[in-house]
Amino acid sequence: MTYRQASYDEPILFDLESVDNVGKGQLPSKIVPERLRRQSLSIPDLPESAVMRHFVRLSQMNFSVDSGFYPLGSCTMKYNPKINERIARDPRASSIHPMQDISTVQGSLQIMYELERMLCTIGGVDAVSLQPAAGAQGEFTGLHIVRAYHESKGERRKDVIVPDTAHGTNPASAAMVGYDVIEIPSKRGLVDCDALRSIVGKNTAALMLTNPNTLGMFEKEVLCLADIVHDCGALLYYDGANLNAIMGRTNPGKMNFDIVHFNLHKTFSTPHGGGGPGAGPVGVTKELEPFLPVPRIVKDGVNFSLSYDHPKSIGKVRAYYGNFAVLLRAYIYIRMSGGEGLRDISTRAVANSAYLLKRLEKSLDLPFGGKRMHEFVLSGSKLKEKGIRTLDFAKRLLDHGVHAPTIYFPQIVDEAIMIEPTETESLSTLDEFASAVESIMSEPAEMIRTAPHNTAVRRVDEVKAARDLIFSYRALVEHEKIEQQRRPQDSG
Amino acid sequence: MSRKHPTPAATQGAVAKIKREPDTLDRRGIQMLTPKLLQALGISSEDELFEEIPGEARISGIDLPPGIGESEMIKEIDAILSKNRTADEMPTFLGGGSYRHFSPAVVSEILSRSEFYTSYTPYQPEASQGMLQALFEYQSFMSELTGMDAVNSGMYDWSTALGEAALMCGRMKHGSRFLVARSVSPERKAVLRTYLKGIDANVQEVAFNKETGRLDIADLRGKLSEDVFGVYIENPNYFGVLEEEIDEISSVVGETPFVVGADPLSLAIMRPPSDYGADIVIGEGHHLGNSPYFGGPLIGIFGCRREHARKMPGRIIGATIDAAGRRAFCMTLQTREQHIRRDKATSNICTNEALMAVAACAYLASVGRRGLIEIAETNVDKARRLSDAIGKIGGYRSPIFKASHFNEFVIGCPLPADKLSRSLIERGIQGGISLRPDFNEMGEAMLLAVSELNPDEDMKALTDALEAIR
Repeated sequence: MTYRQASYDEPILFDLESVDNVGKGQLPSKIVPERLRRQSLSIPDLPESAVMRHFVRLSQMNFSVDSGFYPLGSCTMKYNPKINERIARDPRASSIHPMQDISTVQGSLQIMYELERMLCTIGGVDAVSLQPAAGAQGEFTGLHIVRAYHESKGERRKDVIVPDTAHGTNPASAAMVGYDVIEIPSKRGLVDCDALRSIVGKNTAALMLTNPNTLGMFEKEVLCLADIVHDCGALLYYDGANLNAIMGRTNPGKMNFDIVHFNLHKTFSTPHGGGGPGAGPVGVTKELEPFLPVPRIVKDGVNFSLSYDHPKSIGKVRAYYGNFAVLLRAYIYIRMSGGEGLRDISTRAVANSAYLLKRLEKSLDLPFGGKRMHEFVLSGSKLKEKGIRTLDFAKRLLDHGVHAPTIYFPQIVDEAIMIEPTETESLSTLDEFASAVESIMSEPAEMIRTAPHNTAVRRVDEVKAARDLIFSYRALVEHEKIEQQRRPQDSG
Repeated sequence: MSRKHPTPAATQGAVAKIKREPDTLDRRGIQMLTPKLLQALGISSEDELFEEIPGEARISGIDLPPGIGESEMIKEIDAILSKNRTADEMPTFLGGGSYRHFSPAVVSEILSRSEFYTSYTPYQPEASQGMLQALFEYQSFMSELTGMDAVNSGMYDWSTALGEAALMCGRMKHGSRFLVARSVSPERKAVLRTYLKGIDANVQEVAFNKETGRLDIADLRGKLSEDVFGVYIENPNYFGVLEEEIDEISSVVGETPFVVGADPLSLAIMRPPSDYGADIVIGEGHHLGNSPYFGGPLIGIFGCRREHARKMPGRIIGATIDAAGRRAFCMTLQTREQHIRRDKATSNICTNEALMAVAACAYLASVGRRGLIEIAETNVDKARRLSDAIGKIGGYRSPIFKASHFNEFVIGCPLPADKLSRSLIERGIQGGISLRPDFNEMGEAMLLAVSELNPDEDMKALTDALEAIR
């Protein structure tokens, strides 16, 4: 596909203010006591037309699911249905203050309550809290529940085990909750029962598992792993990042997990927003329900209310009750799909991945062999023969109008290229992608090494960014001034 | 099966056999498994795709009702949402961390550009300059307002920004206690306690002056010691009170890491916290361009002095150049983050609230310097006029603190505050937050907030109602 991204030399907002305007406009009046009064405020005054044009231009320099294929592994970049957006803009959803009288928020609470019930069914768990703001916060919440559970038994267990294929958030969340992290090496891409048996003990608090894992491989021994974990009194945590692979085929409860988080922005189609907001509800077994964050949503006959009276609760992990605007979209998605539709979604997600893998295997290697589910990880090590790296290959894909896959993760695969097509792509899109990969393989190395060529900017110097540390317009202006002064000397 | 008000839980045990409307999946871009695809995969049944799942772990389906079409969904949601009463439909005086402000139409138009909202985290900067520049501009605005050189592109909300700030203080100085002003939102203090459990640190409150509502500096001085690794205060505080002795507070805090929380709108007219020695500045930014949405999403503002940038949590966007020497932006200092540092990362945060940062940026750009100052001053003025008017009503004390306020203030009530709230609701008015559960020492007190969205008629309606309920 011929692809050209828009490319503007778009000024920073602060540079858009016309010169006649600068310095005009009042300073704060005496309404604030003098010792606290601001002396200057450098924010531009712009006409609305200039603001709109600025952001439209920026948007045109931004790749998105609505612009093209986005096979980012582990991120589940499926199409975001527009009905979600339309409903979410309803003022009866948006213009609700979290502290309003309970009688005036019954609709919002009903949606949340029903979403909790639906997630229980999908996840095979007994109770859900919608509070966590993102998947990583779901992990944080889940691990606090692990900690509270062990403490309720008078135990302070120190270790959380994660596989070497785990998402970075798993060890990071465990560390934030005060755990030591033990990494378990995988065997041919999977967690091995014997290896697990050799490291669990009375200090083991939990094992965190993604299933299928980040290689897209199903942890076949999951029931054995669960037994080993439970036999030593520890808990099994399900990272729901890859739930899109298994809906209607199995569920975390059926696999004997005790705690699970859902990524509503992955599995349940809520938009990623350029990084967020998302939502990471946490589900648990009956035994762990008393530890869920407060408030809980309770239903009494036909009325809903918020309950804070849960003495064993871990407390609060963020303000209020959850990212309601995200929860609402997921609610719509699940209601419109139905139980059967969710199963169809996972089926096609896995089938699309299998189809794409079949085509790409001809060009790139698949480590560990075996079957894959909704995503797969190829190795770009073969590219080295050509004198290029996975990074170059990824950048060149951008030139073909597709977003690059996730690269260099998981770390156990050399030059990893992680691809997740999702169920919302047609076979012709997958074919186009495969053709793009094939054509890149036969391109001159120099062309690939210097990619991308068709995006808003060329290869970005990330090393310079980390050296200069310019985080604001003010710092940028100062930096550019210094560089300009330096330049004549350099040339002289 | 009735589809009017579905309660999924009630349908357990009956996996639906009814075929959904044909368009429900396709319309939303979801592809179905076709014979052609099965053939291409060389399999005869879709079940072969799931062979790796052990038999004991398999399920036959999901016990939820069948899917519904778009028009039916709209009808159902309409019925549910009509049970809500919005803050626009009744005079509302709620604040305390979630605020209502007017957002110009251009902001929602910008946010509805799907190039922004359907993109992922900008890991490939060449194809994501739009989002990166918008986030850099957000950082720039927040840098200007807070005075911090290094503002990240957002945390989940103010409360988790506080939790993360406290953890960051723990990386800046050893100690076992974190001091927090009692005049901080109970919601935020609760989250702070959860976050500090991870490092087994204690939270200790610093009292406020009963007359002025300002921080009790003597109490702060008494509680500071070598094992305190951070101090957090808010200005304006939870009671809307301005900390006029902020320079004295700062000098008492001295070398201990000092975290200041502020409403970014107040910073349009108030000194930036960098001015009085803050090391980290946090706040809430959802009300810059977004609606309350029943409390989420929010966005936590998080900035620090440049020398501490490597200890910061969250994503940060830096300016650089591309291979052709043109200005470009990318995420930077990623070596602090979970996807690289794993258990040694400064935080576990991955998904954040990026689109909310774009909203805040678009809002600040569209209201501009003059607009922002005007909104902030209007808010102060309205709060002052309302608190004076309530003070004239017999039985009420308003404001109970002798101090300057931003857009919130506390009143003393002649009857239990929650009873007052209920009476107000019966009159079609949403009053403020009852402080009794969290600040028992203040007696029957209520925190009221106003903004430019409260016209004078709203304020009149409230004072009339308070006259009547005594």
